[in-house]
Amino acid sequence: MLVLGIESSCDETGVALYEMGSDGTGTLLGHALHSQIAMHREYGGVVPELASRDHIRRTVPLLRQALADCGRTLEQVDAIAYTQGPGLAGALLVGAAFAEGLATALGKPTVPLHHLEGHLLSPLLSASPPRFPFVALLVSGGHTQIMRVSGVGQYELLGETLDDAAGEAFDKTAKLLGLGYPGGPALARLAEGGKPGAVVFPRPMLHSGDLDFSFSGLKTAVLTYVRGKELDEQARADVCRGIQDAIVDVLVTKALAAVKKTGMQQLVVAGGVGANRELRRRLNAKAVKARIQVYYPELEFCTDNGAMIALAGALRLAAGAQAKAAGPIAIRPRWPLSELTL
Amino acid sequence: MNLLALETATDQGSVALWRDGVLLSRECPAGEQSSLTLLPLVRAMMAEAGLAMADLDGIAFGAGPGAFTGLRVACGVAQGLAVALDRPVLPVVTLEAMAYADGSPQVAVYLDARMNEVYCGAYRRVGEVLELQGAITVCPPAEAPLPAAGDWAVCGNGVPAYPALSQRLAAWPLGGQRVPTAAAVARLAAPRLARGEGLDPALAAPLYIRDKVALTVAERLAQGGKA
Ligand SMILES: Nc1ncnc2c1ncn2[C@@H]1O[C@H](COP(=O)(O)OP(=O)(O)OP(=O)(O)O)[C@@H](O)[C@H]1O
Repeated sequence: MLVLGIESSCDETGVALYEMGSDGTGTLLGHALHSQIAMHREYGGVVPELASRDHIRRTVPLLRQALADCGRTLEQVDAIAYTQGPGLAGALLVGAAFAEGLATALGKPTVPLHHLEGHLLSPLLSASPPRFPFVALLVSGGHTQIMRVSGVGQYELLGETLDDAAGEAFDKTAKLLGLGYPGGPALARLAEGGKPGAVVFPRPMLHSGDLDFSFSGLKTAVLTYVRGKELDEQARADVCRGIQDAIVDVLVTKALAAVKKTGMQQLVVAGGVGANRELRRRLNAKAVKARIQVYYPELEFCTDNGAMIALAGALRLAAGAQAKAAGPIAIRPRWPLSELTL
Repeated sequence: MNLLALETATDQGSVALWRDGVLLSRECPAGEQSSLTLLPLVRAMMAEAGLAMADLDGIAFGAGPGAFTGLRVACGVAQGLAVALDRPVLPVVTLEAMAYADGSPQVAVYLDARMNEVYCGAYRRVGEVLELQGAITVCPPAEAPLPAAGDWAVCGNGVPAYPALSQRLAAWPLGGQRVPTAAAVARLAAPRLARGEGLDPALAAPLYIRDKVALTVAERLAQGGKA
């Protein structure tokens, strides 16, 4: 079964082909991605209308590239998966319209997907994937959630952020430090040179006893700290280190608490912030002590991409989910993951 | 030759099928988003005509100006269909489709652009072709260009939508074409398809006209705003 996946929920256009063998083993055959980060940088953040305009320019060339990469043709595709939500309405609509048009002409069904399901399952794309069940820490620009993943379509929310997402906390504090957009990766880079403990920021809800997060206070704390100060290179690096440690500390503590609470042996980290090296270092160190395994998606599949959508579509169909008859275009810009079933 | 046309630039979406000069067309049900019903209507219409998708020779769509998301739905669906069928795409300017449907030799078209603006375009019929006079613009109703001297008709939902415009246009006859239709898109696109003017779907794009949609950080700072 060959599944085409299309992602266009925010500022990345992704197209991929995933083949699921009859024995249940799958292969990512080809994938193509275009990131709009450079375009939005000039505006200091994602401009939804510009994102939509770019998606419609990119989709056809990316599809052709993905097909050419693996020498397949559209006629060989069995189903077309695409991100139905959550995300930017205009951006989602481009992928949905294209996918439904394509499927209608090919006479194939579609699989409209939840974007976060793609992220949750993305570690299954790696060479040594986790097996169900596992705990997932989903940390991206728009989400921070801990979930129990018992199988495809079986997700239970264990905790989440009450305000800003972890990626948002990285980006907003980076903006305060004049690190541009999106500043998360730049902040992480500077933090590498910072002295641990030189600057300490509060870790909200660290001991709240639940698995929820709160990151919005960090902005204020950072603003208060840097206001009126002349920071040299080292001092800036120290501030970055302080910010990163505060975020990472809470993420690591809660993720491990979730593993303990559920009695599971595997932790999966997904979403853009999963690319953060310090987070990986700290989780890996803790994992050894706790005798658990931590899994990360390949770096290229941490941020939004088409591969995770093709994969999630294929896994859903393999698990017996019904594909949808091609035609109606209906997106879900707001869509709680808890409403998802197989 | 079989040509499918999609038009969703306004709330009133429609689809049309052109078969060697014979035209079938359907309106998306009012009140429902045309994105929901667009493709099901296409299927029903094709079935009624006894055609399979593979029998299509080209896909036309109302490229704009109009509602941005609507333009992208039509463009995205057209691209999807065309890539799968390996057929060309024919973008048709919405204002031209309205001028064509109006039928007058000289028509000034005013389509409501929301946010207190109208899309304006003036067309003159020369033989079978409509020639755009000057450029398509988007502007406040009070600044919309009036028809030039001579016999002109006017049309479009921009006229009744804004008293500031309808008053200034009171001297010209107002035609019944309020919004673009897929039927007119199909009629304009058919001869172009026959002449081989279709585009590769990768090159098909909406015509937005309203192009300044956000300020860059530099522009905001220059205006005394925040980064
Ligand atoms: N090395 C890093 N350290 C910290 N943050 C990072 C790093 N790399 C990426 N990020 C952050 O990851 C986020 C982007 O991740 P992703 O693409 O998964 O999220 P999104 O598409 O913005 O949101 P969502 O998927 O929730 O809709 C940004 O906030 C970015 O700053």
